[in-house]
Amino acid sequence: MANAERTQPVLTARDAGLVGCAECGRVHPRGTQTCSFCGLALQSRDTASLQKVWAWLFAGMVVYIPANVYPMLRTSTFGNTQESTIVGGVIELMEHGSYGVALIVFVASVVIPISKFISIAYLAVRVQRGLPGTTTHFHLYEVVEFIGRWSMIDVFVVAILSALVQLDFVASINPGIAAVSFALSVAFTMISANSFDPRLIWDSHEGKPA
Amino acid sequence: MTESLADLIACPKCDALHRIPKVEIGGQARCVRCGTVLVAPRQGAMTQIVMLALTALILMVGAVFFPFLELHTHGLEHKSSVFDAVLSFSQGLMLPLSFAVAALIVVLPVTRLMALVYVFAPMALGWAPARNARAVFLLAEKIRPWAMAEIFIIGVAVALVKVAGLAQVTLGPAFWAFVGLVIVTVLKDSFMCRVTVWQTLNARSPS
Repeated sequence: MANAERTQPVLTARDAGLVGCAECGRVHPRGTQTCSFCGLALQSRDTASLQKVWAWLFAGMVVYIPANVYPMLRTSTFGNTQESTIVGGVIELMEHGSYGVALIVFVASVVIPISKFISIAYLAVRVQRGLPGTTTHFHLYEVVEFIGRWSMIDVFVVAILSALVQLDFVASINPGIAAVSFALSVAFTMISANSFDPRLIWDSHEGKPA
Repeated sequence: MTESLADLIACPKCDALHRIPKVEIGGQARCVRCGTVLVAPRQGAMTQIVMLALTALILMVGAVFFPFLELHTHGLEHKSSVFDAVLSFSQGLMLPLSFAVAALIVVLPVTRLMALVYVFAPMALGWAPARNARAVFLLAEKIRPWAMAEIFIIGVAVALVKVAGLAQVTLGPAFWAFVGLVIVTVLKDSFMCRVTVWQTLNARSPS
């Protein structure tokens, strides 16, 4: 039943010569500046959306490189100092036999960031080429938007470990500079995903440039 | 013209135009194209949101100031609170990260909760919305992706496994306060449907 509905042409607010609010859904006549309902600035389509998406996406990709090269954690036990990177930390967890946690960290700090870069770029390229967007593409966008913040886990782990393990000579853990660039990378990609106007995904479907 | 526009709603995610459907309490209406929930009225939703937000605020106070985790090894012990976790980045170059972590796990969640109480408390009592209620709710909506208390809890779980081999860790009262906080926050967000909130907010505002 749901499939039958999807194949029917959908009348959008823009087709009807109206502007819909991206926050509350209130419909206004074309040319209205701000939404009378919630006060958000009205735009039928955020035309600068893709520029913001690309800019933040590249910023996120650039800072993701030092995040992987430099150490995330410095662990000192009885005078020996060991530095570990993101991937190094995952390997360490696996050596301890904690495969479940190793998997969580690996997914949160490697799989999710990289899939996000690829997914956002893919969606942006599609919109630019005016390719038809489907429900699948919209779901991809929703997943990317929802899951991005979970990458922050690794930064929090570093913060907790550094606060907790402070036993002078016996054992101490301190954060490495990669924590900063990783946090920035997550934040930048989150802004990139938030700047994406999802209505553009469907527009290409109708084959009309904004 | 304006009257007929008030009966319409454009899906915020895909711009598909709908006539605002009549939905029974407890039901929900979704966008025909993308499936985004458009209308979802709940019995006493406003009161529940206010109660849960207040509960979350109280739990947050406990979570920040009580000891969070205690570590024992080789006769040494170390207690740390959420506050210490925030301060762990406070040396040198990493200071900005300290502020960011504080914002993500304490400041922004608290701001969002207070904003929600401000917007919903008068409405739950049946009064007209507070001054600037719309602007405050818009702010709460903007903050939402950046309030990361629940992610912090998963971070704690991961950290515990990492430390487990090194020392014995005891969970402090603040840990349980934080777990409660996360559950309450998830419950509260499940009661909120933003389109419905905007509809109610405007229906009750003197224009």
